Amino acid sequence: MNLALAPETLARWQFGITTVYHFLFVPLTISLAALTAGLQTAWVRTDKEKYLRATKFWGKLFLINIAMGVVTGIVQEFQFGMNWSDYSRFVGDIFGAPLAFEALIAFFFESTFIGLWIFGWDKLPKKIHLACIWMVSIGTILSAYFILAANSWMQHPVGYRINKAKGRAELTDFWAVLTQNTTLSQVFHTLSAAFLTGGAFMVGIAAFHLARKKHVTTMKTSLRLGLVTVVIAGLLTAVSGDVLGKVMFKQQPMKMAAAEALWDGQKPAPFSVFAYGDVEKGHNSVAIEIPGLLSFLANDDFSSYVPGINDVNKAEQQKFGPGDYRPNIPVTFWGFRWMIGFGMASFAIGLAGLWLTRKKFMLPQHLRVGEDEVPHLVLLRNKALDPQLTKWSWRIAVWTLAFPLIANSWGWIFTEMGRQPWVVYGVLQTRHAVSPGVSQGEVITSMTVFTLLYAILAVVEVKLLAKYVKAGPPELTEADLNPPTKLGGDVRDADKPMAFSY
Amino acid sequence: MELHDVWFVLIAVLWTGYFFLEGFDFGVGILTKLLARNRPEKRVLINTIGPVWDGNEVWLLTAGGATFAAFPEWYATLFSGFYLPLLVILVCLIVRGVAFEYRAKRPEENWQRNWETAIFWSSLIPAFLWGVAFGNIVRGVKIDRNLEYVGGVGDLLNPYALLGGLVTLTLFTFHGAVFTALKTVGDIRERARKLALRLGLLTAVVALAFLLWTQADTGNGRSLVALVVAVLALVAALVANQAGREGWSFALSGVTIVAAVAMLFLSLFPNVMPSTLNADWSLTVTNASSSPYTLKIMTWCAGIATPIVLLYQGWTYWVFRKRIGTQHLAEAAH
Repeated sequence: MNLALAPETLARWQFGITTVYHFLFVPLTISLAALTAGLQTAWVRTDKEKYLRATKFWGKLFLINIAMGVVTGIVQEFQFGMNWSDYSRFVGDIFGAPLAFEALIAFFFESTFIGLWIFGWDKLPKKIHLACIWMVSIGTILSAYFILAANSWMQHPVGYRINKAKGRAELTDFWAVLTQNTTLSQVFHTLSAAFLTGGAFMVGIAAFHLARKKHVTTMKTSLRLGLVTVVIAGLLTAVSGDVLGKVMFKQQPMKMAAAEALWDGQKPAPFSVFAYGDVEKGHNSVAIEIPGLLSFLANDDFSSYVPGINDVNKAEQQKFGPGDYRPNIPVTFWGFRWMIGFGMASFAIGLAGLWLTRKKFMLPQHLRVGEDEVPHLVLLRNKALDPQLTKWSWRIAVWTLAFPLIANSWGWIFTEMGRQPWVVYGVLQTRHAVSPGVSQGEVITSMTVFTLLYAILAVVEVKLLAKYVKAGPPELTEADLNPPTKLGGDVRDADKPMAFSY
Repeated sequence: MELHDVWFVLIAVLWTGYFFLEGFDFGVGILTKLLARNRPEKRVLINTIGPVWDGNEVWLLTAGGATFAAFPEWYATLFSGFYLPLLVILVCLIVRGVAFEYRAKRPEENWQRNWETAIFWSSLIPAFLWGVAFGNIVRGVKIDRNLEYVGGVGDLLNPYALLGGLVTLTLFTFHGAVFTALKTVGDIRERARKLALRLGLLTAVVALAFLLWTQADTGNGRSLVALVVAVLALVAALVANQAGREGWSFALSGVTIVAAVAMLFLSLFPNVMPSTLNADWSLTVTNASSSPYTLKIMTWCAGIATPIVLLYQGWTYWVFRKRIGTQHLAEAAH
């Protein structure tokens, strides 16, 4: 059989396509739920209309986005059984539990309270309505936690034993699965990256309007919230990335050696900025390096030893038997860099934005602006940027929107491809995980169908987002400003139209 | 009763919850073509399930996830075996979810019409295919000694399973009509009741045929009781519908679904997916289930979470209890 069409290859492509696509929506859902909830809280507490307008605006974009997150998530729940039945049989005893927890605890939460939030504007008193979006937010975070616990178990299996008679892995300690350091650092890293994504989304869209001097009051508030989110989340993403990296150096030295294209162990080991090499022969022909940095990243010590790809490969051959235990090195190497590069670029832009749009700190009187004016972009003490630079600054701010999305995708591609040839590290290889009974034709059919459908939906979704972004925050109505005080809303006027309907 | 038996019951409960809840929202989706006379009426129908369809669908995800955790072998054999029908269902559920959320987001008539067409088909097709799938599960399929499904797609389209598909299709449509009568005001409510009578009679014919066939093939004493309850509840639902007792009628069509699903699971037990090739190769609650430790944790989780879910989902239905008609739908804000 042609290797490119081997069942394992096809199933992996399908998993990659559906999962990366799904994960475009997930981080936005997680962060926009919380940010929208934050804005609505500000409205409930201060009664300022700009917060309500911002809530409605970002809430709508959040809903357009979560719809895609939900429907593409359905596939995730079933494709383990469809394409990876041997995986499901082998690890279901362990891996199924967090998935079931996720559905029972998180999905019900999200889906029920999102319905209440969407349709509840004229049915629920202000504070209960606000509680609903917070429930959605808690649901998204719980969901992330359980699914990352499941994924962490694939990265670093704990709390299990192999039952030879049944030919499967069995759970012995669920608490270990939920609280091992891989889980905790992955949750930390993924959630901070999610907020970096949502913050950048806000910055980009607010910048789009501010550059055109439209919807200034609401968008200024949004820009500030977005920038602060980007900076805090960006910092936490870097910190958690470092923590997760150190965990991975211990648990999956191969992944980290591949991420650095470090072929042979070194003491001290350099960080590779750029490398080009020969995978077959196992060395780099070109490399630009920062001495000692990798040792520090791995062990907090600039002079420590870090094992290389060839060393780990030999060690694994001794442990698991003959074979090639190296992942795809170029993808792992570049995936790691694109993840960090794009993520940190948005962090840097956030930091610059926060400085450029500062309100008072080191800002002379004549450059300060009123509530409804677009801020001047001030780099040095006394002078605003010239019009050309200002235009470019806003433009770059709009682009920032895409950076964390790219970083997230590469982050997952890196962490999943860097674990190969294992599906569960050290326990089960990916080629032993596919469905033996599913034909090549069936996988090709489903992959084609999902890819086409997802492509069409991407066009629909982006166009819809663009439409609502351009439209800006809605004008508030009487009903918006006078939310019900009783559960179930106003029942005296039986024919009163619903505040929201499909 | 051992834990894997408890989980057999819990999986049955999750599927029952799914069919009870998404059953009527599939039905409402189908009625957008059968009952609505114009586009405002279609909108009324869609909005009767607007706040709840998403929560209803999670019962399916939970049934899937719980099957994975409690019966990994069942999950693996079922979803890799029923690959293409499941693919069709997934595509429908994807399109359907997006259709509900996006239809009203643009004012253009073409846009809205396309999504309405999508809602009809993506409700009708899964409503039929779930019956086909369960027909096959109960009847048994070609499973080899490795617990792998070795039949083809054609094997799944046998007369018994297709009849099962007709049962879920008609039953869900009936359930949806009764729900519509309960949730709407005006002309559409009256017509929903009239249509419910005809749909109910049709359902009675196909369901009785299918359930008797099941009883004859794989039934036992307990499944016979469930069969009788299902049939009596359906008749009572029709009587209540004729008497204009819409709440009762809906509750009773719900009981029909509960009893019918119960009957299927009772005739299945202790198998979860019988093999037609060799009885020794059947998937059972024993050979398909997880370890006692996993089942114990899952039992705790389900035991605590499920009642809470029922509480807040129930509360949602109470919040949105008001009937709606065309007068309640303002020009949607775009």
